[in-house]
Amino acid sequence: MKHAFLAVIGLIVISWLGSLVGLDYLFGVVFPYLAFAIFLGGFIYRVTNWAKSPVPFRIPTTSGQGKSLDWVKQDKLDCPATFWQVVGRMILEVFVFRSLFKNTKAEIHDGPKLVYGSSKWLWLFGLAFHYCFLIIVLRHMRLFLNPVPAFIGQIEFFDGLFQIGVPVLYQTDLIFVGAVTFLFLRRVLIPQVKYISFAADYFPLFLIFAIAATGILMRYFFRVDIVSIKQLTVGLATFSPAISGDIGSIFYIHVFLVSALLAYFPFSKLMHLGGVFLSPTRNLANNNRMVRHVNPWNDPNIKPHSYAAYEDEFRQFMADADIPLEKELPPEPEPEPAAEEAPAADAAAETPKPAAEEAPAADAAAETPAEKE
Amino acid sequence: MADTKVDQMSVNVVKEPSMMTGAIPGKDWMDTTVTFKPGNYCYPAKKSIVEYLDKGLPGLFGVPREWTVESDDWQLPENWVEIILQGMRERLDKFRSFKVFMDICVRCGACADKCHFFLGTGDPKNMPVLRAELLRSVYRGNFTKAGKILGSIAGGREMTFEVLKEWFMYFYQCTECRRCSVFCPYGIDTAEITMMARELLHLVGVGTNWILEPAANSNRTGNHLGLQPHTFKQNAEFLLDDIEEVTGVMLKNLTFNRKGAEVLFVIPSADVFAEPGIFTFMGYLLIFEHIGLDYTISTYSSEGGNFGSFTNNELMKKLNGKMYAEAERLGVKWILGGECGHMWRVVHQYMETMNGPPDNLEVPKSPITGTVFENAAAAKMVHMSEFTADLIKHNKLKIDKSRNDHRVVTFHDSCNPARGMGLLEEPRYIHQHVCNNFYEMPENTIREQTFCCGSGTGLNTGEIMDLRMRGGLPRANAVKYVEEKHGVNMLSCICAIDRATLLALMEYWNPNVGVCGISELVGNALIMDGEKERDQDLRFEELLGAGQAEGETGNNEEGE
Repeated sequence: MKHAFLAVIGLIVISWLGSLVGLDYLFGVVFPYLAFAIFLGGFIYRVTNWAKSPVPFRIPTTSGQGKSLDWVKQDKLDCPATFWQVVGRMILEVFVFRSLFKNTKAEIHDGPKLVYGSSKWLWLFGLAFHYCFLIIVLRHMRLFLNPVPAFIGQIEFFDGLFQIGVPVLYQTDLIFVGAVTFLFLRRVLIPQVKYISFAADYFPLFLIFAIAATGILMRYFFRVDIVSIKQLTVGLATFSPAISGDIGSIFYIHVFLVSALLAYFPFSKLMHLGGVFLSPTRNLANNNRMVRHVNPWNDPNIKPHSYAAYEDEFRQFMADADIPLEKELPPEPEPEPAAEEAPAADAAAETPKPAAEEAPAADAAAETPAEKE
Repeated sequence: MADTKVDQMSVNVVKEPSMMTGAIPGKDWMDTTVTFKPGNYCYPAKKSIVEYLDKGLPGLFGVPREWTVESDDWQLPENWVEIILQGMRERLDKFRSFKVFMDICVRCGACADKCHFFLGTGDPKNMPVLRAELLRSVYRGNFTKAGKILGSIAGGREMTFEVLKEWFMYFYQCTECRRCSVFCPYGIDTAEITMMARELLHLVGVGTNWILEPAANSNRTGNHLGLQPHTFKQNAEFLLDDIEEVTGVMLKNLTFNRKGAEVLFVIPSADVFAEPGIFTFMGYLLIFEHIGLDYTISTYSSEGGNFGSFTNNELMKKLNGKMYAEAERLGVKWILGGECGHMWRVVHQYMETMNGPPDNLEVPKSPITGTVFENAAAAKMVHMSEFTADLIKHNKLKIDKSRNDHRVVTFHDSCNPARGMGLLEEPRYIHQHVCNNFYEMPENTIREQTFCCGSGTGLNTGEIMDLRMRGGLPRANAVKYVEEKHGVNMLSCICAIDRATLLALMEYWNPNVGVCGISELVGNALIMDGEKERDQDLRFEELLGAGQAEGETGNNEEGE
């Protein structure tokens, strides 16, 4: 945690110093471009890199009734059997975090007694976090687009519906900070989660918190030159960046942190954004008995131990037990009764053991291997 | 039986300091090492077994040797680290699931308390997220830039012997039940990760005898138990006598390796070998005789289960290949599969891809009801519960439900049919039609949220009984709930490993609850042509009100 914290502090200090010594162009133009390029290139690289590995087997996690007999009601969203049903499952997964919605919390009490309670806080705050993030990103599009599309105005209107303060307070800002704080607190307060967390889990939280904090400071507390900012951001979007006037350190800190997030994104767990779409337990139909699925590296040379080899090894026993044969026994001068030869398993049949697990009855399989493949 | 008495265990799981009981480990997980002691590990594979498997699939099972788990020298090949890392590289390129799951976990912890082994042991490394991190840390340390440069700060670490020991410990405390993957917002499936880890472990010759010996048996004799053809047949036929004794009917339709049969029936071999599986087997045969099914059982393909699937995808394919090979040799039209969990994971999600397409088979069609099993149109294999449910729906079974009145039944959704097939309703439909007393366990413990028996994926061995009883606690606890509430005395299931392991689990935690397969319940309730007055069930146990129910015919519902 401390590495992550120091890293974010370091980023803030660097950008602050940078703006003080007049590296406006570096922090306002070069780094943002660089970061965006890394984000875009990195994101595409990671997704294509995943996609390069094939999906050898169709392995959806079925979370409901599968498609079966006509009169059995299929759970189309939790156990999809067709492409469009998979799309339905993915939409629910991506947009409302359906799997996380099922979350429970287990406790053990005297008895012993295990109880499972509903646990939706992570789902709720996770959802709030992601949607607020989305809305905030969309609101920021105002800075890059000229003229500003109408839908952004509508988003802003609803986001500031309660008309509190000047400038108007956006609810998403509040909820966003609350959600990030929740995600951080649960990470340090829930022992299980704390135990599994390391720098890569704290760093994005600190970074995002710092981005939100600098953004809020800029909007509600420090005065920044909004006209110059818009000039710069529209310039960035139109590949003709220009910096005019003194925008203020807080802006450069904010922009540098966002740049850091963008550059960090493709190489971090934040890639779950792309990964969720490629998760084979979610994005495949449960129809493997219905529709052939091809494994590109399936090895046709792996063949079962052949029936011929099997019969060769056991022909006499099979003949004696009246089991049909492919090849008849060679005529033998003195056929010997072979029925006595398997006392161990016979005994097993007479006095069934309490459980198969107790008696593997190996028959010394490996002693006389008869592989003839 | 387990080393720890149940009274002591009941206290331990609640009071001992563990992450389930609120204790917080002082040390970072990367700094805690594992210690093997009797009871917490499975015995390593015998040299002769590995030698045998190595002949069929060279190089995948390491160097055959005798070694001991508790020793600090596992006699690994000198370049074992290289083998593991190379193995990882290859698998990252072969399995998108592996690559994506290595990269996208955000460690939200939603999976943490979903694992039965975590609930029963409180060991933090049994949280699915941390189990995956055991592998992920090595991935980061060797395959990502940040991990290579920043090391443990970026969550990366080197592949060391301590890490290997940790893998052997914890990837053999995962039963690939996939419960965690139901809750993961990205669908990260620990089963996939455990499969990869076990493939890697086998590459350097670290495997357990309990898995590899049955797999070797299955390859050679056709089944895990190593029953040779004549013995397999005798065992099965022996049960015909039991059936006759109970019902007064000598079944005529059971055949072996018969060419030209319409259906090849494949069972988990334990069903002809041990209680209570043998009762399930008797149920199958009664159903088939009742409807006059033209079927045969193969001694060559006498195993539905696939312990190869607990080692690597190659051995899984090799063992599974027998089903189609035998179906084609015998010239059957389609395959029917008995009640077995991991068998059905393999059949449903892997078989057709690995060993298909089965060119000479036909889309399964029930000769009794005419139902075409469209959901098996490609793989040509139907689940026993699908088949039976269809028979009941079409009113083809004469049933006397009251013959199961001495049972108060609950149903354990076996992990693989539940989370690897979506087979949830068919078993319930059957229950409703063959027994009067049926109660569900609490909703967080059934269907897609079902809890593992605690002994799947080849962990059903005697040397880790304490662990198994802990891993099975969540399942046992849910059974106890309905036992106390509804007087449940029978836990039914559709899995052969369940039938063996739940028996031990119930004896330990809920000694008044028995274990059965669904087909046993069906077999009990079937009214056979020419049967005698039934006063015993297939276990030779007295029916409730035996002798008074004479002449009563079934109360089977009409098909809707």
